[in-house]
Amino acid sequence: MLSIIIAVVASALRLATPLIFASLGGVFSERSGVVNIALEGIMINGAFFSILTTEFTDSPWLGVLVAAIVGILTSLILAFLAVHLKADQVVTGVAINLLSASFTAFLLEIVWHRSGQTDPVENAIRAKPLPLINKIPIIGDLTSQLTPFVYLAILAVIVSYYVLYKTPFGLRVRAVGEHPRAADTVGINVYKIRYICVMISGALAGIAGSALSLGAISLFREGMTAGKGFIALAAMIFGKWHPVGAFLACLFFGFTEAIQIQASTLGLGFIPSEFLQIIPYVATILALAGVVGRAVAPAADGVPYEKGER
Amino acid sequence: MNYVVEMKNITKVFPGVVANDNVNFSVKKGEIHVLLGENGAGKTTLMNILYGLYEPTSGEIYIKGEKVEIKNPNIAIEKGIGMVHQHFMLVEPFTVAENIILGTEPSLYGGLKLDNEKAVEEVNRISNEYGLAVDPNVKIEDISVGMQQRVEILKALYRGADILILDEPTAVLTPQEIEELGVILRNLANQGKSIILITHKLKEVMAMSDRVTVIRRGKIINTLNTKDTSGEELAELMVGRKVNLVVQKEKREAGKSVLEVKDLHALDNRGVPALKGISFEVKAGEIFALAGVDGNGQTELIEVITGLRNAIKGKVLLEGEDITRLKTRKIIEKGVGHIPEDRLKRGLILNHTIAENMILGDHHKEPFSKNGIMNYDIIHEHAKKLIEEFDVRTPSEEVNAKSLSGGNQQKVIIARELNRDPVLLIAAQPTRGLDVGAIEFVHKRLVEQRNRGKAVLLVSLELDEVMALADRIGVIYDGKLVGILSAEEATEKKLGIMMAGGKA
Repeated sequence: MLSIIIAVVASALRLATPLIFASLGGVFSERSGVVNIALEGIMINGAFFSILTTEFTDSPWLGVLVAAIVGILTSLILAFLAVHLKADQVVTGVAINLLSASFTAFLLEIVWHRSGQTDPVENAIRAKPLPLINKIPIIGDLTSQLTPFVYLAILAVIVSYYVLYKTPFGLRVRAVGEHPRAADTVGINVYKIRYICVMISGALAGIAGSALSLGAISLFREGMTAGKGFIALAAMIFGKWHPVGAFLACLFFGFTEAIQIQASTLGLGFIPSEFLQIIPYVATILALAGVVGRAVAPAADGVPYEKGER
Repeated sequence: MNYVVEMKNITKVFPGVVANDNVNFSVKKGEIHVLLGENGAGKTTLMNILYGLYEPTSGEIYIKGEKVEIKNPNIAIEKGIGMVHQHFMLVEPFTVAENIILGTEPSLYGGLKLDNEKAVEEVNRISNEYGLAVDPNVKIEDISVGMQQRVEILKALYRGADILILDEPTAVLTPQEIEELGVILRNLANQGKSIILITHKLKEVMAMSDRVTVIRRGKIINTLNTKDTSGEELAELMVGRKVNLVVQKEKREAGKSVLEVKDLHALDNRGVPALKGISFEVKAGEIFALAGVDGNGQTELIEVITGLRNAIKGKVLLEGEDITRLKTRKIIEKGVGHIPEDRLKRGLILNHTIAENMILGDHHKEPFSKNGIMNYDIIHEHAKKLIEEFDVRTPSEEVNAKSLSGGNQQKVIIARELNRDPVLLIAAQPTRGLDVGAIEFVHKRLVEQRNRGKAVLLVSLELDEVMALADRIGVIYDGKLVGILSAEEATEKKLGIMMAGGKA
């Protein structure tokens, strides 16, 4: 029984990891006032380019780096259209999602001359037992089933929290998301802050994509994000736009998925798997409806900023 | 002469408009200088130039004798100019200290960590230095509007401002808070700060300032010492013609009861009781004014009467008929006109034309529409007639309501409501944010309704307005009516005590 529980916890953590990166990305972007529906599309780009890079360089960590860079480049489309040209952020995000899904499928065709999925890369980022720690009972068993992405994700949560709540930069980000004109009148460059936050968001969502491909199944499959970007957004809302809240929400969603996968081993086979699948969405609706304390978005979230008007 | 600000021959041209025309304006060290003018006269434009938000088309600016080019607010701040905007620039979920330091945060480790302790310390230091008490650790959303304004002033002082511009600082304050602000500003002036007040309220000019510069249609009319002038003289300079500051009103007997409110109870948006058993009546041919400090149930009361909010107990009778549970459209049809307190949110659809706004509520009826199709020819004819009759200053009936000045927007609403010939007119803060000329117009129309034998319910935060217009005055406090006085009995002092909940 203990080994099953450990397996479920490990699986929950692994499943939550891409969500954690992506929803932290969402937190940065939306805290600065830019709704980032494009997380889904940025993730699929990250997933593809990390595999592509690893395939040709045999260096998975270079793959992660490239995923982050591609994420930033993709997010720049959002930043340019939504921050610079003040286009509708939701429509822009949807466009990026559609573009990215087709773009990766197209490149798959070009590079591997086939559709569907790539071959697994040999040198993926896999779970590895940690020296010393793997001697500790339970924790050793658990950690030996975790990939380095899991630790990176937890580190990212701590760093994000610190940056947003303990640094002058974070104070400015939150001010820009709540009341951009107030920030502007004290000499803060609203556009610059939003650009930076959207780019951070892109980097994190790109890494989320690489965690999904390189850190889990070692290959790229068309449409493999399958709505994970949106679940990450849901986690961000459920976590009240707070890094730690989003992290906990991702863990919760990770657990529901892990339980769903292991339902039969856990003796829960009688629950229809569709029921477990809807939990993240129902939880998000309940959060928005104010069941678990109201989730309030940053006041200027989704509103393009117009400088001085007559 | 020791001038800290000299603006010489400033001209600012916007496409199609000369907002400032060869303006000369100067401020002495340590004085409170009012820039007085109607809405759209160009006073805010002039100050935005001084604060670096606009660049002048031509002209020169000298700060403390030095010629400067103020290209953006950062340069203005550097030169010691601070601005308190009419709509506060405060981040609501942030604390007082966070708002004050935002943009120039004290930090540790080369900007890697916000130094919260230093921030609180700094805020306490300037707060003590200038006698502006604030709690640095409370959130903006939890403090009063008067306190928020104090934070705005501290924000400017923290940035080292010694020239303070305040844009319409009293628009949102209660009478007590206005008095406090007067004391604060005088203290700051005594400590050598120079203060520029933008306003169109004559009473405050006379009470607060050392000198006053009057601006009209972009031109400086005159600069006067406050003690050598009077409210009447300033009003005339500002508007350009004689203004009747006293409302002309003959005594007349009130008729039968039109509106009767009986033991009304209602909740506010948070579900907290806002009305706790209110009863009064408004008779034909009288103006009944409801006085009180903002937020004591006035808004909810009007919403219940007009069908926008449900009562949980009690009755509203219109000419003896129970209208408590009726829908708003039915209540309008029964003869209730409503000038809402927030004209931008509830009075107008800003992105619709004036013509469309003038038929709102009647749009579903002939002759404006038939079988669900609008008849725009008739709608435009109708609008032209009302524009003429109510003297709305607009290029045409086809411009959006958004582009009109506040006074003209209010005229559009009044035209629409009076055109229905209501038996009861509810006017909620009908002159808020309007200039002298427009206030005169609104007051005249309200008295006209009364003289025609209609009932008028006036809700106002301005005691002067209440005393000038009302035949009877009810004072509301904490969802209850403290008492009702006749116009003869009412004095500012008595009403003031009742507004704070005391018995007169």
